[in-house]
Amino acid sequence: MNRIAGATRPAWAICILLIAAVSVRAPFCNGEKRSDGRRLADEARSEKSISIINVSYDATRKFYKEFNDAFARHWHHQTGQRVNILQSHGGSGAQARAVIAGLDPDVVTLVMAYDIDLIRERRALLPEGWQKRLPFNSSPYTSTIVFLVRKGNPKGITDWDDLVRPGIIVLTPNPKTSGGARWNYLAAWGYALTASGGDPEAAVDFISRLYRNVPVLDTSARASALNFVKRGLGDVLITWESEAFLVLEEFSGDSYEIVVPSISIIAEPPVALLDAVVDRRGTREVAQAYLEYLYGPTGQEIAARNHFRPRLAGVAERYAQTFRACRMMSIEEVCGSSREAQRIHFDEGAIFDRIYRPETADQSSRQFPREGTG
Amino acid sequence: MIRRKHTVLPGFGLTLGYGLAYLSLVVLIPLSCLFLKTLSMSWASFWETITDPRIVASYKLTFGASLAAAVINAFFGFLVAWSLVRYRFPGKRIIDAMVDLPFALPTAVSGITLTTLYSENGWIGHSLEEWGIRVAFTRLGVVVALIFISLPFVVRTLQPALAEIEHEVEEAAASLGASRWQTFWKLLLPPLFPALLTGFSLAFARSLGEYGSVVFIAGNMPMRTEITPLLIITKLEQYDYAGATAIAVVMLVVSFAILFFINLLQWWQAHRWAH
Repeated sequence: MNRIAGATRPAWAICILLIAAVSVRAPFCNGEKRSDGRRLADEARSEKSISIINVSYDATRKFYKEFNDAFARHWHHQTGQRVNILQSHGGSGAQARAVIAGLDPDVVTLVMAYDIDLIRERRALLPEGWQKRLPFNSSPYTSTIVFLVRKGNPKGITDWDDLVRPGIIVLTPNPKTSGGARWNYLAAWGYALTASGGDPEAAVDFISRLYRNVPVLDTSARASALNFVKRGLGDVLITWESEAFLVLEEFSGDSYEIVVPSISIIAEPPVALLDAVVDRRGTREVAQAYLEYLYGPTGQEIAARNHFRPRLAGVAERYAQTFRACRMMSIEEVCGSSREAQRIHFDEGAIFDRIYRPETADQSSRQFPREGTG
Repeated sequence: MIRRKHTVLPGFGLTLGYGLAYLSLVVLIPLSCLFLKTLSMSWASFWETITDPRIVASYKLTFGASLAAAVINAFFGFLVAWSLVRYRFPGKRIIDAMVDLPFALPTAVSGITLTTLYSENGWIGHSLEEWGIRVAFTRLGVVVALIFISLPFVVRTLQPALAEIEHEVEEAAASLGASRWQTFWKLLLPPLFPALLTGFSLAFARSLGEYGSVVFIAGNMPMRTEITPLLIITKLEQYDYAGATAIAVVMLVVSFAILFFINLLQWWQAHRWAH
């Protein structure tokens, strides 16, 4: 015993010393980070080149790749300065959490205003009312929710009512894990409210019946699309219009058809610059120009080319053939705001969770039917 | 005065010190932060979170499927390790290398591939469908994904143990009139048992935390095919950090208890065979 005790004493001393060294360094690290920030700012502000970080969500990958090149050319032409745009993509919620945890992007371009609201609430990097600083609720491009069905529309799906028919298999991701799928859900909710003359009870019933036809709650839009396209599951995929076009583009386009429902929602993914970050790094000017360029003819053209609906009338006219007109409700009409949407529908124990309560869920009807799904 | 005795190998204090510091920084401090985070919840809300019927259903699936996968791998992993150590056949090196693939493959890739194979229109799923067996988007699918990702643990822990057993032991047993079954059961299995148990517990522990591959094949239906890691992610998506850590703490405590029990079993086994 004594021998061990004697021998472990230096062990403990070394252990405690090392941990102490690491933890004592921590406050200095913060100080260093600050000067590091200053160094970054100097670097960012240098005459020759400047860099900004754009934290975005998954579905904008192709769009921002093209847009960033165009903006870099534009900025160089205007100011003679090279701008290097560091682009990050991921699930919208995960990206917002990364910013809350300490990632400092100059601009965020996420899927729903609620994600940016939370960044403001938890880290105060931008002021309240940020959404009013740029036109159109700070959403330079939009999309809507449509149905993707198999060629020839064998199940005759034309509107939301067809999706709740018994035996129809609907694919849509879980709105609690997929940021984009919150818009899918809200589109259905908007339709149900309108169809029932604003009766929330009836709308809850409609939503329950709809999700009873969903046999797999995928965690992401991509996973749902894979099930629909690669594995031939389901009769209809509820999806963003931009994603539907991507599916037509990536997988042979003549195997699927897009069905635009009578009523949908206008999905408005917002953009914002984070004031605290751009002021520290000295990138406000370029970040502001970057966001404004999204609204200009070039940005709008690139958005439209990447299947997002443009806001600019001139560009929209040119793409009128592509983006079919339909009645699109705004999120304000559907449930007040994206914050309210979160509270009423997606929070713990809210409407979406209630659909799946054991006492209300009908277990048997959510199985795949035995025959013919492809 | 205690006279400091030195162990034969020098540097005991130094290595243990570094080892402890390393373990603290990499494992203990992050884990204790997890416990600290849950302190922000009241006991009532902590209890309510971890006993929610939907979350309890996910514990059952996660622990049940992990246990099933570990048991199946203990058996078939044994067979794989046995044939790789005991026999010489063409392509042995390639098969040996293939065992590690589930480690190397990104879990999302495994998940997507398995789902494609086992869905009702997939290669394997199509044939199974004729027998009325559904794998993709059922609990069985969860087990299949867990078997895939945890197989290497059993094979890799058993291989060196198997290689150490000398042929002479078996020859002696045979010449003394033991049947093949007796030789296997009484001579081969006991020294392999600790390694098998280690492989089993590693496979089990790995399966408990697996997220990436399972979410593609599980179907993620509340009360039926939701695994606990998915519910942790769901809580995070709602910015409910405390709720997420509460579930994680339950997973951690139960996993630790199970692994500790397996370690005890191993220790007890080693003692029994020593006497």
